[in-house]
Formats: sequence, structure tokens, C-alpha cells
Amino acid sequence: METVALDSTAVRRLAHLARIAVDEDTARSLGTELEHILAMVDQLSEVDVAGITPMAHPLALTQRLREDAVTESPDRERYQRNAPVTHDGVYLVPKVIESA
Amino acid sequence: MSGGDIKTLAAALASGETTSVALTEQALAAIGVHGGALNAFITVDGERALAEARAADERIARGEAGPLTGIPMAHKDLFCTEGVKTTAASRMLDDFVPPYDATVVARLRAAGAVMVGKTNLDEFAMGSSNETSYYGPVKNPWDASCVPGGSSGGSAAAVAARLVPYATGTDTGGSIRQPAALSGITGLKPTYGRVSRYGIVAFASSLDQAGMLCASAEDAAHVLGAIAGFDEHDSTAVDEPVPDYAALLGEDIRGRRVGIPREFLSEGVMPGVRSAFSAAADELGALGCTVEETSLPSLALSVPTYYVVAPAEASSNLARYDGVRFGHRAENPADLADLYERSRGEGFGAEVKRRILIGTFVLSHGYYDAYYLRAQQVRQLIADDFRKAFETYDFLIGPTTPTAAFAIGEKTADPVQMYLNDIFTIGVNMAGLPACSVPMGFDGMLPVGLQIIGRAFDEAGILRLAHHYQQATDWHTRVPEGFAS
Repeated sequence: METVALDSTAVRRLAHLARIAVDEDTARSLGTELEHILAMVDQLSEVDVAGITPMAHPLALTQRLREDAVTESPDRERYQRNAPVTHDGVYLVPKVIESA
Repeated sequence: MSGGDIKTLAAALASGETTSVALTEQALAAIGVHGGALNAFITVDGERALAEARAADERIARGEAGPLTGIPMAHKDLFCTEGVKTTAASRMLDDFVPPYDATVVARLRAAGAVMVGKTNLDEFAMGSSNETSYYGPVKNPWDASCVPGGSSGGSAAAVAARLVPYATGTDTGGSIRQPAALSGITGLKPTYGRVSRYGIVAFASSLDQAGMLCASAEDAAHVLGAIAGFDEHDSTAVDEPVPDYAALLGEDIRGRRVGIPREFLSEGVMPGVRSAFSAAADELGALGCTVEETSLPSLALSVPTYYVVAPAEASSNLARYDGVRFGHRAENPADLADLYERSRGEGFGAEVKRRILIGTFVLSHGYYDAYYLRAQQVRQLIADDFRKAFETYDFLIGPTTPTAAFAIGEKTADPVQMYLNDIFTIGVNMAGLPACSVPMGFDGMLPVGLQIIGRAFDEAGILRLAHHYQQATDWHTRVPEGFAS
């Protein structure tokens, strides 16, 4: 790891990957904050981790399987009550494919 | 009365000395008086609570009550409650009404608990001071200019002010133990997998665990007994028997080996915290435990490790908020990308954005090995330290936090300073261990907490040690001035 510099262009690229709109001012201040956080994280680069198995999870469990059985029945009307915009049971979004 | 301990309240309900409706009315009245000033609640639903209280009174009359039946309580607003708004203290979920109950909520409901409302928290549980909430900061009942800790700050303030006897919380890096310490109450984070995470708004799935904030270890034992156990809806909920925690509190603790990792007494620990801790350690010695110094050499790495692992998991968990199926949606989106980006830009607060972006960064191409993989390796080193220590010791203790509650606004300008407040609590989440914080005295006018860490699935042992300590001391009975006990 080396010291990371995040200018506003780099922050905006990152924000686009995360699908978060940021304006230029926010991108600049976010860059400084993120650099500061990453500098703190940089301590990890000094640790000898040779041969250490990465730990993804606290429990050394194998994934449990269950019977492939129907346990819930769909209730679209109820589940879509929280949706910002629906129409005839489908979620509406801006047009993705332009008509010919 | 509504602030009494669970055993006393249950006895009063059983004898007919009081009713659930009366207790619930008292709790609602107390919330009416103090809840607004503390900003401890996001939602209070009195009508619903009284309906639950009436049902509880009928159940008590039928002789079918359990230890929690008819007793008012509150849920951190991170637990989904069917038909009751669940916001995660985010603008993103400002009007989200879950179509189902979290397992913890369902189990407490089945136990006859009466939910009076949903408590304030840091947005998406990301914070250590309750200052990142979309609904504003929570005040510490011991000093309204101070934070109650976070992220379960509303639950902590509500219990510290004795508005409710107990409240639920979640703990990803200290979010139950740190506010419990800063608010002068008892908080337990169970072993990862002990309590189902189903229906809890996800933050960092390999670290999140549900628990409770309450007035004593005995109360924690009653609540844990109701919420712990296997759940087919959570693939990480462990299928281990649930002991009768309350019944095991009285067992002998003499001869138990207690280790004090010297890293818990590093230079950042305030003198007042240090002296309170020293007295607490002496007390455990006087109770017959062997108390000696030990070491967790990698503990200092837990904060940097956490700020890779937790944001990485958060950035994927929070990808679900897209402005399409639920949650905030920006007005007049130009196209689908604009809909996603502005909905998320408007819906998330500053700290949540920082963490999503850190997570996106450490998982991105070219950085994954240097950050994420390496953090997972260091996480293993931290967990190994605990494993080795528990070969010798039954419990590890230390101050829960290096300082007492800090002032509102004191640390908001510098995220890293805020993060370092969790230096003693994060390691426990890394290793997935159970730990509690119990009041151990004061630094000036502000309470400070003793953290007791145990082996995986030894909540019974932790609660027993805490209970014996609370039988010998009275710190947990102290209530801030102006609030009824």
C-alpha cells in the first residue's frame, strides 16, 4: 500500500462506481476525508501476513442447506406498497431502451 | 415504575399490583415528558402499545405470562417492525413500512413484550455518537451537552433515563457496549450467530449482531433468553441450545480466571476511567476471581482492519437502495443512472457515503489484495490473539471506552478521531465473541463502563460475572438526576 491521493476526479469516479451523485465541492472535501481514513488504514501494510489465511467470517461453518420447498407465497400488492412508483404490478423506471 | 427491573415488574404484574396498561401508560407519559428533549425516539406508537398491553394483561390473567409479558420496551429503529415505520435513521428509509417483523421483534412479541416505539440511532448504525442520524443527535441523560454514544444511542438514552426498562440494539463495532458505557447502563453483544439477524437492516453482515441495553445483567439474561436461538431465516444463526441464562446467574464464580489485556490500558485511557477500572478489577478479585495481566498484541490493528472490512460489506449491502423498489427516489430522473445516483446522493448522509466510498475503493480492481484481503488476514491475527488468551482465561476485561461521553460536535469534524473511540470494542466483533459493558463508576459526573469479554457462546458466564459484580456494587442502580427510577 502506498499513500493514496484522491483528487475530485478520482472521488467522482469512485462515487460513480457506487452510484452516488456528488457535486464538485463535496467531491473535494470527501477526497480529503477519504485520504485521511485510508492513511489510518495504511497501518495494515506494515503487518506481516505471510501464510495467514484470510478470515471472512467469525464462524467456521459450512453453508446450511434446506429442503427446496415453497415456504412463502407472493403478495405483490403488499410488497410493492413501499415502492416509489409502480404500475400494474411492475416497478417503473426511466426508459432504458429507446424506441426505434 | 416502568423503569423498574424486569423481575420486579413481572412480579408486580403477576400479583395484580399493577397492569401492563398502567406500565405502558407510565412509559408513554415518561417519553412524553423527556423523549423529545433527549431525541431518543424516532417513532412512538401509543395506541398500538396500549393494544399490546391490553392483550398482555389478558394473557397474564390467563396465567400464561413469561418474564417479559406486559413489560414495555423499545426497538432500535434498525429492526423491521411489521406495519411500523423502520427508518435506520436515514432519509433513504424515511417512509419505509416493513411488511414483516425481524425475528428478534417477532420473538419478543411472542413473549408478550409491549413495544412503545422505535429508538434513534446513527444512520444505518454507522457512527459512535448518534450524531449521524437524519433525525438529529440524541442527548445523554447524564449531561445533555454530551453524546449518549452510538450507534444504539436512542436505546441507551431511553434506558438510562428509565423511560423503558430495556431496549434492543445492534453491535457491529461496539454499537451496544459503547453507548451502554457512555450512558451508564448494561449492554450485551452476544456471540455472532447467537441471535438471528433476519429483519435487521444490514450494515456489515460478518460483524452485525443483535443484543440489548438494559439496567442490569439480570435483565439482560431475561431478554437474551427470549431472543437467542436458531432461526431458519438467517443462514448464520447457530443451532446451539439456549440455556436458561437467568437461572444460571447465581452459580459460583470463585476461581474464575480473568485476564486484563494491557492494550486495554493504553495511554489514551483517561485517568478517571483508569481508576474506576482498577477498582472494578479489585472487586472481581475480592469476589474470588484470579485477575492478572495478559496481552492481545494485535488489538491496535482492529480499528484499521474494521475500516476496511465493515465499509466493504456495507458498500455491497447498501447497493440495494436504488430508488426503485423501496426507499427514497429522486424527482424527475433523466435516465436510470441519474435515478440511481441522485436517489442515493440525496438519500444517504455524509458518514454513510464516506463508508460506501471507502468500501467501493478497497474492493475495486487493483486495490482488493492490498486492502480487503490483507484486512481479512489481519482479522485472523486479531481473532487468534483472543483464541490464545481464552486458552488461559475464562474472561478478558478492560474499560469499554478510553473516555467518558464526549461533547456533541466534539468529534464530528474528524472521522478518524471518532473511529478511534471504538478501539476497545471492535476486536470483539472481529473475533465474533460475546461481550457486555456494565457501569463501573464515574469520571467526574459521567458514567464509565467495564467490558467483560467471554468465550464464544459463553453469554451465561459473562452475565454471571456481571451479575455477581452488580450484586457487590451499586453503579448500575444510579440514575441521572431528573429521571425517575
